[in-house]
Amino acid sequence: MAGTSEHPALLPARLRPAWWLRGMPQTQTAYVAIAFAALIVVIWILAPVFMTPRNLLNISKNFSFIALMSLGETLVIISGGIDLSVGSVCALSAVVTMMLMRFFSATAAAQVPGATIALAILLALALAALIGLINGLLIARIRLSPFVTTLGMLSVARGMTYVLTQGRAQYPTGPDVAGFTRFANGTVLGLPTQLVYLLVLAVLMALALRHLVWGRHLYAVGGNAQAAALTGVRVPRVVVSVYVLSGLAAGFSGVMIAGWLGAAPANLATGYELRVIAAAVIGGANLAGGAGGAAGAVIGAALIEVIRNGFVLIGANTYWEEVFVGVIIIIAVLVDQLRTRRVF
Amino acid sequence: MALLELRGIGMEYGAIRALAEVDYTVSPGEIIGLIGDNGAGKSTLVKIIAGNFPPTHGTMHFDGRQVRFRGPEDARNAGIEVVYQDLALADNLSGAANVFLGRELRRRVAGLSIMDHAAMTHRAARLFAELKSETRPEALVRTLSGGQRQAVAIARTRLAEAKLVLLDEPTASISVRQVAEVLDLMRRMRDHGQSVIFISHAMPHILAVADRITVLRRGQKVADKPRGATSPEEVTALITGAVERA
Repeated sequence: MAGTSEHPALLPARLRPAWWLRGMPQTQTAYVAIAFAALIVVIWILAPVFMTPRNLLNISKNFSFIALMSLGETLVIISGGIDLSVGSVCALSAVVTMMLMRFFSATAAAQVPGATIALAILLALALAALIGLINGLLIARIRLSPFVTTLGMLSVARGMTYVLTQGRAQYPTGPDVAGFTRFANGTVLGLPTQLVYLLVLAVLMALALRHLVWGRHLYAVGGNAQAAALTGVRVPRVVVSVYVLSGLAAGFSGVMIAGWLGAAPANLATGYELRVIAAAVIGGANLAGGAGGAAGAVIGAALIEVIRNGFVLIGANTYWEEVFVGVIIIIAVLVDQLRTRRVF
Repeated sequence: MALLELRGIGMEYGAIRALAEVDYTVSPGEIIGLIGDNGAGKSTLVKIIAGNFPPTHGTMHFDGRQVRFRGPEDARNAGIEVVYQDLALADNLSGAANVFLGRELRRRVAGLSIMDHAAMTHRAARLFAELKSETRPEALVRTLSGGQRQAVAIARTRLAEAKLVLLDEPTASISVRQVAEVLDLMRRMRDHGQSVIFISHAMPHILAVADRITVLRRGQKVADKPRGATSPEEVTALITGAVERA
């Protein structure tokens, strides 16, 4: 049946909802994007220095790390789950990358340019994916609660980070240090590499969600897992896949942070899981499952960072920043709730 | 020739007898109303036909051969689909997406297998048009009326080319106008040669569309009559037991 060739140009108009009643304009992501634009204008007026290339560069680096993790977290949230382990996995992956870099520097790999860091990053990402796989299998096959499973994994991965490092920060070493810095904290066409990776991955994720059967099934699982199973969707497989991807995203973010800091302290990314989840939720991921997207994850993370940055530039008391972010989270879900209830 | 033929079907849960010696036939392109009070054995009978569990007694023939379903998969593969009362739709997806859920149309682009959105939208639009439903294929299911949701669920069965569709209380909890729409949907299914078993409490709805009416009471079939040969009064009496058998 695939590849049916009959494609009348358009549906009859009466069968097609008006453009503002379907797709993007109907999502929380859309009005958060509008709020984001408004916020930028306000901060720009209050603190013109906000719009300088240097400040924008800073913001884009700072928010990339959270946004990367938020991409993976958004997938998990669409499935109706949650991943609390991302901050710890981020740290574990960062320190493991640094330690493997040192290990490979003492082997034959040091003779091949770029080999030590490539091997170190690949193995660290494999470890992050493995942690995601364990999360996913426990949740999808053994049916443990995502909250409890990943809370446990938060502790396991953080604990492993301390065990491996004995609490000491790890540094990039060996022949590829400069290459690593260029990869993780360099520029491509004048843009920070972190931001470029983020944007590329976000676009790939958006395309996958929209065009792959996997994406359709993911939304179905989040919307009504029972219905999805009845129609033959392989629910456990979809669920496992999102935890693996979330682990990978967290691991990659850890590598990026280590490159940016030039070090991987054992307490790296502590508490980031809450910022990551906040970014996803502000961007339109619904904790009940079935809604969210790549653009939302990026915009949500950017919004939080712009608020933080704006508070500093305007010279406001920065203690208020967290209060403000919290209020934004609540307003975002409140507006979404009112809209679903058709208040407006 | 009968599409579905049950002979001497019985079901016991331990000491409890849910169905006793039920004979039941469904002809092609026929709407059968299945009516009975709570606990009369309607859902047990439906679950046996849908393959949820095998009967403890009796035999079942479908489409000319004897069948013994080991699970709902088997029944679906044979051509039997069930539309459940709660509809089993994903609210957050469009009507078209729900119709094609689990059997998405794909096309290849640069070696990648991606969904063919246009083909699915148009095919769903055609299915809805065949059912004379105003359902918009791209509208999210959560924005649809009860009748339109039924149309989505029924379009799924048409896509699967099911020969027999079991509708479990399709007119419960929807408005009067939508009931008329759902009854029309059943007539369209019959027009397209599908057989329908319409399970309901609502006698007026059953009498409005069913070609034949089967009444269950306490696990026994107490009546099986063409619509013209019975009356609301008689059916009520049969359901409650005021009349033993007819």
